[in-house]
Amino acid sequence: MPAAALLSIENLHVDVAGTPVIEGVSLSIAPGEMLGVVGESGCGKSVTALAAMRLLAEPPMRVSGGAIRFMGRDLAGLSDIEMQAIRGRDMAMIFQEPMTSLNPVFTVGDQVAEVLHLHSDLPPRACLDRAAELFATVGIPAPAEALNRYPHQMSGGQRQRVMIAMALACGPKLLVADEPTTALDVTVQAQILDLLDRLRRDTGMAVLLITHDLGVVSQYCDRVAVMYGGRIVEQAPAADLFAHPRHRYTRALLRTIPASNPPGSALPAISGTVPPPGRRPPGCSFHPRCTATVAACAHDLPALTGDTHLTRCWNPA
Amino acid sequence: MSLLEIKSLSKTYPGPDGRRLHAVSEVSLRLSEGEVLGVVGESGCGKSTLGRALLRLIEPSSGQVLFRGRDLTALSRSEMRLARREMQIVFQDPFGALNPRHSVGRIVGEPLLVQHRMSRAERRARVAETLSLVGLDPEAADKFPHEFSGGQRQRIAIARAIVLNPKLIVADEAVSALDVSVQSQIINLIADLRRRLGLSLIFISHDLSVIRHVSDRVAVMYLGRIVETGPTEALMQEPLHPYAQALLSAIPRPGVPRPERAPLAGEVPDPSAPPPGCAFHGRCPRAMPVCAETRPDLRTQGDTGREVACHLYP
Repeated sequence: MPAAALLSIENLHVDVAGTPVIEGVSLSIAPGEMLGVVGESGCGKSVTALAAMRLLAEPPMRVSGGAIRFMGRDLAGLSDIEMQAIRGRDMAMIFQEPMTSLNPVFTVGDQVAEVLHLHSDLPPRACLDRAAELFATVGIPAPAEALNRYPHQMSGGQRQRVMIAMALACGPKLLVADEPTTALDVTVQAQILDLLDRLRRDTGMAVLLITHDLGVVSQYCDRVAVMYGGRIVEQAPAADLFAHPRHRYTRALLRTIPASNPPGSALPAISGTVPPPGRRPPGCSFHPRCTATVAACAHDLPALTGDTHLTRCWNPA
Repeated sequence: MSLLEIKSLSKTYPGPDGRRLHAVSEVSLRLSEGEVLGVVGESGCGKSTLGRALLRLIEPSSGQVLFRGRDLTALSRSEMRLARREMQIVFQDPFGALNPRHSVGRIVGEPLLVQHRMSRAERRARVAETLSLVGLDPEAADKFPHEFSGGQRQRIAIARAIVLNPKLIVADEAVSALDVSVQSQIINLIADLRRRLGLSLIFISHDLSVIRHVSDRVAVMYLGRIVETGPTEALMQEPLHPYAQALLSAIPRPGVPRPERAPLAGEVPDPSAPPPGCAFHGRCPRAMPVCAETRPDLRTQGDTGREVACHLYP
């Protein structure tokens, strides 16, 4: 774990109405780093992101254990008002669906200016000028005119750029991006990911990128954490993880995608489905679907071990 | 003879300010018996409209759809209903496509009720047979959709599509909503059914890696038109149209370094006000003056079986 971690999540546990969803996740992210958290639906990647922002819907969700430190402070110890001061200023978040994240009855310019108004001493006119600068930074054409548009007058890609502009407004140290390009077309996805990559290199902002897309993490992230059943099962520098996957789940996932197989061939499918929270099996939660199990897999939870390449597997490759 | 021949099919809708919105424009395609044709493109390119219009689930505005030489667009409603016995569609969302209040047996057996005179016992036997064909326990017939996972629900939707033994299936983003580990199971199932039942498929998807895996031939659409078609591997290895090139280079593949490329600038134009000339010229890195003036026709490229609509390939 890097000494100068910007954000560190330590042994996080989250319950939903008493059912464990996150069962001991530890992660850290350094300034300027892009860390990918990848997994299939129900693995707990989005809940981890929300917990990091202290945005869990409580109740029914609840942090039942562990700690989240951001810029050296334990977030659990902060009041709601202190937390609001950090959110939007030092840490910001963007989501999959930019339509539902924007308010339909205000112009996008006003919505970006509002963030500046809340977190800075800029006078209202200067907030709008700054919003136009931010629109230019994120590649919105004719930024000054775009300020006066409403969300429905923009395309999905442009709305996501507005969300990014809003997130960047106060120069955050950390951007949490939860499936930011999943609703977008691939050519627009490439534009948005290139933008995030350029921003973190230019400004030293760290990016926590949550996605289901192995290709995206492989091409854009420095490090990757693979989640399954509410836990991290493998974590490594991206190049290392994709060249030498060790956990049986990661390997099966990479082998099963069409791009890894000759056209028309039978895909090496993974049997069964991802177990939902509350029905996760004991031991390694992947063991019922795994083709390389040993005796311990069904009973004992393996630890996440390793130096820079960590694996939670009794029988790693 | 082709199983299916689409001739200059168009679908327009009333658009804003009295304009017409061109969802599909003059699309011509052929599908041979047993063939899988992939139709790929980004949202709004018209691929789903094409899939529905060729089955007349929405009425085409003009053009013909010949199924075994017979023009579907000339059929009456009742004739079309009979013809649909041989052509079925599978949708993206296995949650929205199945009635939650009906048992799986009723869902899968309903086409038999509509299309065949069968006894209850015959119907039940046919449903059980079909369920095992798609990898489900025949006892699933007595359960309800909510008792199944997303992947299993897609198996149910596929069972309903094949229960009448159709010749043609339109699969519209049929694996797009599924998790990676489940997606491959369904892709394998479709490939298996294609072989066993001699199905022909129109496989519509935005996902090029899936299209590449399942299709014999591919058609790339942009703003309602086909910009390139050809045998899958030839097209994927060396796309000719600049849009097809951009689309292919934009897909991030795990373990493959990010290509040195400037991502395509801009976005898809408004289909109710398509630009003059080639609809792609505003975003095209290789646009020439002619591209803004004259729309390129889809032209055959020698004897490669490929067609491209681009002024770079006269």
